[in-house]
Amino acid sequence: MHVFKSIEARPMPGQSASPLAWLRVNLFSSTSNSVMTLLLLALGIWTLVSSMDWALVHAVFGANLQACNEARGVGACWGVITEKGRLIVMGRYPEAEHWRPIIATAIMLGVVVISCMPRFWNKALPLVWALMLVVYFILMKGGWMGLTAVDTDQWGGFPLTVMLTVISMTLAFPLAIFVALGRRSNMPAIKALCTLYVELIRGVPLITVLFMASFMLPLFMPEGVKIDVLVRVVVGITLFSAAYMAEVIRGGLQALPKGQTEAAATLGLTYWQTQRMIVLPQALATVVPSIMNTFIGLFKDTSLVTIVSLYELTGALGLALNSDADWRPFKIEAYLFITFIYFAFCFAMSRYSLWIEERTAVSKVR
Amino acid sequence: MTSNATPIIEFKGVNKWYASNGYHVLRDVNLQFAKGEKVVICGPSGSGKSTLIRCINALEEYQEGTLTVDGTVLGDDLKGIDQVRREVGMVFQQFNLFPHLTVMENLILSPTWVAKMPRKEAIDKAMVQLERVQIAEHANKYPLQLSGGQQQRVAIARALCLTPKIMLFDEPTSALDPEMIKEVLDVMVELTSQGMTMLCVTHEMGFAKAVADRVIFMDQGQVVEQAPPQQFFDSPQTDRAQDFLSKILGH
Repeated sequence: MHVFKSIEARPMPGQSASPLAWLRVNLFSSTSNSVMTLLLLALGIWTLVSSMDWALVHAVFGANLQACNEARGVGACWGVITEKGRLIVMGRYPEAEHWRPIIATAIMLGVVVISCMPRFWNKALPLVWALMLVVYFILMKGGWMGLTAVDTDQWGGFPLTVMLTVISMTLAFPLAIFVALGRRSNMPAIKALCTLYVELIRGVPLITVLFMASFMLPLFMPEGVKIDVLVRVVVGITLFSAAYMAEVIRGGLQALPKGQTEAAATLGLTYWQTQRMIVLPQALATVVPSIMNTFIGLFKDTSLVTIVSLYELTGALGLALNSDADWRPFKIEAYLFITFIYFAFCFAMSRYSLWIEERTAVSKVR
Repeated sequence: MTSNATPIIEFKGVNKWYASNGYHVLRDVNLQFAKGEKVVICGPSGSGKSTLIRCINALEEYQEGTLTVDGTVLGDDLKGIDQVRREVGMVFQQFNLFPHLTVMENLILSPTWVAKMPRKEAIDKAMVQLERVQIAEHANKYPLQLSGGQQQRVAIARALCLTPKIMLFDEPTSALDPEMIKEVLDVMVELTSQGMTMLCVTHEMGFAKAVADRVIFMDQGQVVEQAPPQQFFDSPQTDRAQDFLSKILGH
């Protein structure tokens, strides 16, 4: 009888080429390809040089209005940020008390960062959140422990953006999970209610929801009952994002094979045990990118609260420049400044999403 | 097949329709299973054999008749379902292991959450079952890192962790590569010596001949014939069974 002998595996050919060879194959493989490469390279260099020219070489960095006006058209006026930056970032919050939103926001962001790390996902985390919120609101609102009281309609700028995002996200996520489960429920009343909610919210723009929450809701309230504008806005944003997120999560639930819940049922697990330990961990892992989409959208949508006279980052920018004819021409530099802030946070969120996606995937296969 | 003791499972005039399309999937099923009996259920696809055993742990509900499992009548009463599911283990064609949990976590899930067993004890007991299905060295791997045969053996171990009185197998080897079927069947043969009641939907006729006390043949939602394996394979009573056997044993 012949003895089977296996052939030794060897690496795929042509994979270990030098960078020069890589260039030739990918960028200069033909005449037209080479021309294209050089053209794009030239265009790239030209764009870079001219924008550097504007942003750095001819730019004015001091808060010097005269120099800025002279440089108009050829150089950027970063002086507008030196002059107005504080107002843009902090909004209408009283200037003498700016240390309070800085500390409060730092604490809030710190807790959010901790919550993003799976190793801190334990029973103490909700407690940390509760503590953080108490400290946050005492610091921000004041009127206690010798802190001057600051009305919520005075809150603004970046701290307001962060607060609206963080609180709305934290409320919207669990709400979305319940609504998604509700839409798949066997109980007709719950199913109908959840479907109605999703369809209703998806049928109107966020700006309408905010407007209603702010101006219509108080009309329906009994005499003397006043709900803080911030609360109304947070509720509006939460309800809005939760509807979209619920549909995303439902997609994840739908994708899970039926066998998983059947196996859980044969093991005697209850409905909630099954959802918590079997269904949601898998369903949520598959929709991480889309959930992050909703979160990033929510972060940027907070800029719409200007409609109800709350001046978060974008609103505060308008507040700072619209009324000042001297500095108004340099709006574009100011917008670049907040663009950078928005981008930094959105980019961080999307990197985190990639990381957590990989992490949940690893536990499945490796 | 004949037993004067009370049957552990009894179907009395059971009829079932699929709610989605109104298909009459089980038609006047009358069956009794004695404690400790090993039964193989076979029949063409769509004959209702999977649905039949899925009724036993209430994965499917039925509309007419009565189904009694270990003294509990399965009906609308949810309490009865919980009771029955604690006593019935099930192994699926597609394994249905939880891919986000390790093998060990899959096994101790029900003991710790349903039977409220201390974690340490649950792990010890799970280890015994894993050794029994010869997969102990993979306890800390994730299901998808294992071969199909290994996954199915994990699924069997998971069901055994409930210490069930009844084990249901729904085509346990149908999704396996030919080389892995034997390792799963070997484990199942070993289980037959434990005195559990075993119901197995399968087309592994070798397995049926070796361990079954009785073979049930179904077609179009009906029990067409039932007999000890020797009798069923050598002299089937109906033309339908003859036809079926000639097709599956023909090669």
